Amino acid sequence: MTLGPYASFIVTSYALVAAVVAILIAWIALDHRRVKARLHEMEASGVSRRSGRSATDLS
Amino acid sequence: MSLSELANPTRFLSLTTRILPWLAGLTAILLAIGLYQSVQAPDDYQQGATVKIMFIHVPNAWLSMFVWGVMSLASLGTLVWRHPLADVAAKAAAPIGAAFTFLALVTGSLWGRPMWGTYWEWDARLTSVLILFLMYLGLIALWRAVEDPSRAARAAAVLTLVGAINIPIIKFSVDWWNTLHQPASVMKMGGSSLDRAFLIPLLVMAVAFSLLFITLHLAAMRNEILRRRLRALQMLQASKPVALPQ
Repeated sequence: MTLGPYASFIVTSYALVAAVVAILIAWIALDHRRVKARLHEMEASGVSRRSGRSATDLS
Repeated sequence: MSLSELANPTRFLSLTTRILPWLAGLTAILLAIGLYQSVQAPDDYQQGATVKIMFIHVPNAWLSMFVWGVMSLASLGTLVWRHPLADVAAKAAAPIGAAFTFLALVTGSLWGRPMWGTYWEWDARLTSVLILFLMYLGLIALWRAVEDPSRAARAAAVLTLVGAINIPIIKFSVDWWNTLHQPASVMKMGGSSLDRAFLIPLLVMAVAFSLLFITLHLAAMRNEILRRRLRALQMLQASKPVALPQ
């Protein structure tokens, strides 16, 4: 496969999309981990929901 | 499970936890197929290999408008039906929509340079998409600036619905004004003017990016629900009486 004289434009476009999608995925995954860790900390310090269920219970 | 049952955040979390791995897997498979077809697609007789940029530019451009549509529906849910997950859905969608709009702008610019001879032109289509991107950033800033989520949700919902006026302007800008951007070639009266060799990879990529949005959106909504639980616990902790030293 040859990309012709404008190969750099094509490769940059695909690389940029891959990078932004990877950043989005990583940001959402890290955010999930961070919020769950803070919820665990809060529950470990004795603060619990009125329902009595764990705030990190996703099932 | 009905839509009203999903209004319960706990049930919503349970459902998303079960379906997210399947959605992520399906998205990865479709993206792989779409990318393979994009690489294998023939060169265009006029544009040469630069036509390959279309397979990523067009899905991102479609999603930039679709996500605002989702946020507009969610805003109606906030203002009219007061659905408990509506503002969660709108808030979670905004950064993802902003990312798709950014990619549509940049890939369009990188496609425009070899085809039009310029990275940017202040024509109706390009300018209206840039305004959409700025509106996404404005909404994100608004949500961050107002501490109370319910107050922020109402203000953001009004702004989202006002901003929805821009969506038909983007869509029809190429018909209403004389623009450098080409008119619609896939979704138009009388059917697509694209050859099947380009249309099929484009549609596969469009479905793959749509699934990517659904997956990321559900995951971001799950984070937002957990963040609100954290806020509720922090407020509960702050309201507890503190024993003062004698």
